[in-house]
Amino acid sequence: MDLSIAAFLTQDGVTNGAIYALLALALVLVFTVTRIIWIPSGEFVAYGTLTLAGLQLGKPPGTIGLLVAVAIVAAVVETIATARRGEWRRLPRRLVAWLGIPLAVAAIVWWAAPLSLPLPVQVALTLAAVTTLGPLLYRIVYQPIADASVLVLLIVSVALHFALTGLGLWFFGAEGSRTPAFTEASFQAGQLTFSAQALFVVAASAVLIGALYLFFGRMLYGKALRATAVNRIGARLVGISPSFAGALTFALASLLCAFCGVLIGPITTVYYDSGFLISLKGFVGAIIGGLVSYPLAAAGAVLVGLLEAFSSFWASAFKEVIVFTLIIPVLLWRSLTTHHHEEDE
Amino acid sequence: MQPADERLRGSPPMRFVDSGGRLAMLAFVVALLAIPIVAPPFWVTLGNYIGLYSIVALGLVLLTGVAGQTSFGQAAFVGLGAYTTAFLTTHYGASPWLSLPVGLALTLVVALALGFITLRMQGHYLPLATIAWGISLYFLFGNLEWLGGHTGMTGIPALSLAGFDLKDERHFYVLIWTITLAALWATGNLLDSRPGRALRALKGGLEMAEAFGVDSARLKIIAFVYAALLACISGWLYAHLQRFINPTPFDLRQGIEYLFMAVVGGAGSVWGAIIGATLITVLKQILQDVLPGILGRAGNFEIVVFGVLMILLLQFARNGVWPFVARLLPRRKPAPVPDAPLLPTRERARDAARPLLEVQRARKAFGGLVAVNDLTFDIRNGEILGLIGPNGAGKSTTFALISGAQPLTAGAILFRGESIGSREPYKIARLGIGRTFQHVRLLPQMSVLDNVALGAYLRGTAGVARSALRLDRHEEACTRAVAARQIARVGLGEHTFDDAGSLPLGKQRIVEIARALAADPSLLLLDEPAAGLRYLEKQALADQLRSLKGEGMTILLVEHDMEFVMGLTDRLIVMDFGEKLAEGSPEAIQRDPRVLEAYLGGVA
Amino acid sequence: MKSRSLQAAFAAALFTMFVPAAMADITIGVTLSATGPAASLGIPEKNTIELLPATVGGEKIKWIVLDDGSDTTRAVTNTRKLISEDKVDVVIGSTVTPNSLAMVDVVAEAETPMISMAASARIVDPTNPKTKWVFKVPQNDSLMADAIAVHMKANGVKTLGYIGFNDAYGESWLAEIKRSAQTAGINVVADEKYNRNDASVTGQVLKLVAANPDAILIGASGTPAATPQKELVARRYKGKIYQTHGVANPDFLRVCGADCNGTLLPIGPMLVYEQLPDSNPIKKVAGEYITKYEAKYGKDSRTTFGGHAWDPFMLLSKAVPEALKKAKPGTREFRAALRDALENTTVVGTHGVFVMSPQDHNGLDNRARVMIRIDNGKWVLAK
Repeated sequence: MDLSIAAFLTQDGVTNGAIYALLALALVLVFTVTRIIWIPSGEFVAYGTLTLAGLQLGKPPGTIGLLVAVAIVAAVVETIATARRGEWRRLPRRLVAWLGIPLAVAAIVWWAAPLSLPLPVQVALTLAAVTTLGPLLYRIVYQPIADASVLVLLIVSVALHFALTGLGLWFFGAEGSRTPAFTEASFQAGQLTFSAQALFVVAASAVLIGALYLFFGRMLYGKALRATAVNRIGARLVGISPSFAGALTFALASLLCAFCGVLIGPITTVYYDSGFLISLKGFVGAIIGGLVSYPLAAAGAVLVGLLEAFSSFWASAFKEVIVFTLIIPVLLWRSLTTHHHEEDE
Repeated sequence: MQPADERLRGSPPMRFVDSGGRLAMLAFVVALLAIPIVAPPFWVTLGNYIGLYSIVALGLVLLTGVAGQTSFGQAAFVGLGAYTTAFLTTHYGASPWLSLPVGLALTLVVALALGFITLRMQGHYLPLATIAWGISLYFLFGNLEWLGGHTGMTGIPALSLAGFDLKDERHFYVLIWTITLAALWATGNLLDSRPGRALRALKGGLEMAEAFGVDSARLKIIAFVYAALLACISGWLYAHLQRFINPTPFDLRQGIEYLFMAVVGGAGSVWGAIIGATLITVLKQILQDVLPGILGRAGNFEIVVFGVLMILLLQFARNGVWPFVARLLPRRKPAPVPDAPLLPTRERARDAARPLLEVQRARKAFGGLVAVNDLTFDIRNGEILGLIGPNGAGKSTTFALISGAQPLTAGAILFRGESIGSREPYKIARLGIGRTFQHVRLLPQMSVLDNVALGAYLRGTAGVARSALRLDRHEEACTRAVAARQIARVGLGEHTFDDAGSLPLGKQRIVEIARALAADPSLLLLDEPAAGLRYLEKQALADQLRSLKGEGMTILLVEHDMEFVMGLTDRLIVMDFGEKLAEGSPEAIQRDPRVLEAYLGGVA
Repeated sequence: MKSRSLQAAFAAALFTMFVPAAMADITIGVTLSATGPAASLGIPEKNTIELLPATVGGEKIKWIVLDDGSDTTRAVTNTRKLISEDKVDVVIGSTVTPNSLAMVDVVAEAETPMISMAASARIVDPTNPKTKWVFKVPQNDSLMADAIAVHMKANGVKTLGYIGFNDAYGESWLAEIKRSAQTAGINVVADEKYNRNDASVTGQVLKLVAANPDAILIGASGTPAATPQKELVARRYKGKIYQTHGVANPDFLRVCGADCNGTLLPIGPMLVYEQLPDSNPIKKVAGEYITKYEAKYGKDSRTTFGGHAWDPFMLLSKAVPEALKKAKPGTREFRAALRDALENTTVVGTHGVFVMSPQDHNGLDNRARVMIRIDNGKWVLAK
């Protein structure tokens, strides 16, 4: 292996690592606020890419069907909950939020699909559709069990992942898709070619890391969100609504994942089941960050990307074996150096 | 020694492990036997797979449900068992009955190695590590040509028992379910024994478990190896049932499904494993049969409906299906505490001259913050010593230093002349120091008796093998007698069989004391025992402590509540800013101007 | 809930046990991989099965189609179910090799004929006595690999690089191409593996390009086969690129785009049936099938995998009337007679002319393959 090959591999590793980093960010985000290990994050990425691909082909994507169905269920659930508490006056506003907005988004996407609108508009529509899905799913799947143990939340996430993957196959078919790049520009630096799209992915990750780190570490609202994960009742007592926190977090995380999907569509083929492996590698990164630290999570994800790139050169048949075996000592090191705070289950 | 006349009533609680009538058990076995005889052959097919999955799920109940170690990698161990036997029987013509012990030995080695590395990881690192080695092993199986690669190995011979080939599914059914029932029995025994209590204690927090002498690292590895061995057996059976293997049944997806089965069935009970395996297998078949009729053949919705159903199930039954089933079964009355001799007591070297505990210039620094600074005091035999001080004085840190929860930065702590300064908590417990916790650390779903019996962990010796084979009954009876006696001693005899979580806080604190006493300690460390108690409860506690002192116990009490402390202790140590401020009798302390200044900011 | 549905199932099972089998329906059971990694192969197969007729040899057919999710255990369970519960006369399946290999034991014990839609020749390995009950319709990988080797040799290729799936398909192709290449005097200088879902194959491609072989074969199926191709083109690889017959679907063309121009691959003739001479008997059969398929599923939606689901029926349409002369459907004798009939069937299918014999349960020869080239998003017969 010479220097130029090493350079190519590093470039590849960092680009893929940036993709995994975006997912790692979403995972850490969701976990720090809700204690949910959000495995379906990968599906949201795939939905992002494939919804945009559907719009590109002029067909209304199946995502909006799911959006409508989930919105209706959420509205029913919300109505029952409101009825139980007798808060009828609040119902119209809630229905607008849980039913009205999603239906409006779905309608707009459905109407706009065959119109061949310019790429940025289609990207915006995709982001709107997939982001709306996040809080709705939180409402109907997770909110009823929000104080369950981490293990149960994890298993529920797995079940949701099964459901979303199956739906993905139905909506988008078994074959993959790519989406057009925002820009076809590329830059030369010596022997290396940097596509603008890849640079965009890396830049986006870096910016988002910084933003999330600041938000959760330094800003009051972010800290408030973190508080709900530590102690739900305590958070409610000081006026933070855990359900709102959860819904907001899911909205943010879904936006992050959908954005990731739109970013990676041009540089790799995305399938209905691509999401799981991407989220798994993002999970590795998140764990390396202890599920609390954004910069470390991103660093961990980039590490995974680099390991992958180099081991696919050295011994491609054993690439997974190498990556996942080498991760274990890293995890061990992280586990020993973190001051572990026992959780009450 | 008092006769254990505790034929106590108390509402029979819903014990996790053995709430099931003998009749229900009998019905289950009869149904099992009936299937190969009267049911359609396909039920036997399903029954075989359910049995195989149950064996793996049983290991997960122990590892994840009870010990709290989430593992996604059990499928890889199933693969180890399957590939070992496939390789040995096809390449070397070995007998399958020989390849089983070889597979188990190999699994033991791999599990120990993996366990040593990964079980050191706490929290969320462990599940990821299990995913990591699950994926690694899968791709390893798939890329080794001599293991058949991805295409797989054909021609695995059938098992033969005394010259009789087990080719018919029904014969295999008998074998599989014999093994499954044996695993069920062994795992159930294990949970209902000394190691079982210790495993359950892991979930209550490592600090608590270690305080009673549980070597948590060792125990986790044992649970891990046990689960791996069960998975290996399942793999061996699978290979000889299907007589063809390839890597896909041993991938991460299957590993996730095993965990699914354990959690959905009810990860706290061995029956949960069987129920989970049955429920998921049967549900998938039903969906496969029924859905195309309802939703048309256009798409494949089984997995979607399956996912949705599982979400709904977990929303309504967080602890799985088993608790619902258990409620339907007739409740078994808890076994009355046996009339058994007590465990041998510890020897107590009563050296009245020497103080029991000596703290010599103890110092603890957290980075730049010095929490305890050159602290020196003694605890004399048979006294109640109170350690008080304003908030942030360093009382809790001192407590942690003595109990071993924190290591010393400098100085020494001697117990009966032996240095305990940076020893691990379980070693300190072994020397005869018992403790309670500031926030009650009982296992709420275990009975009071079992919680207190945990305290006697160090006095017993029954290991995993003995317990699984139910050879520990005598020691178990003695342990329960000891626990019952301590419970009676602290006056909570009527609550012996109640779930610990159902008691009010004051009584829970007393249960903690009973638990500490069950270890037969010489020194009792109490961490704010009066916190959160009402007046009468405090009185009861004080009486309790006085009576213990009367029996010769030495007590160190860390407290905030002045009134409680003044009337109870023989001597007081007052700390402030990490240092000893004053020492003396309660009356002297009450008048000491330095103390008054520290607490109240000046003479009132 | 559980006990009630079990009771219902039990009752239903009892009922079917007592209904006389002499309803003279032929029951055909199918297990295929409509979900999971092999979905892109299984879905066209499933679509095709739905187009198949409802009668054969004058008897009504009861079709039972199950999905095994590309999983071995499920394929075996499905097969057992089809045999013991549904009492099928013949099993068609599965889509992938490992599943099919696992099913061999089951059908042999149950003395039920099986027609596999999977690629490996091992499935019908004549040295294994159990395969007497097993037939397969896809061309053996060796047939296709030989076509590639022949073409390479004719075009002066001396060194070959390979990149394929890290699964049974990729593994099998590597073994076959190594063998065929050796016979043709071609050296395999590099072999790499990758996964269906990999985001990038930069490392593998760099290694291949560094070895600089005259030609590279990509051993993958479906749209994931486009990933290394696009990377090779981006790295400015100048040699010939060959694909396998696994890419014969329109989505592959869509995703690969211009990067696939000039790619060569061996394929069953059905894909380019319009370009076959009229004298070729395959043209008519393939044409009938494809016209039907595209009428329902859209123009250019044809795939070769769908053909693998049509061909078993072609075989059965010849074999069932023969078997009916000897026994009634639903009986052991019928299944044995069907097996015997299948073993001696000669019929034109969509992929080739099947000449079954006791030594060869695949029955295809060189007529079952042609080399084609991708030209501007179209499949073109290569000369």
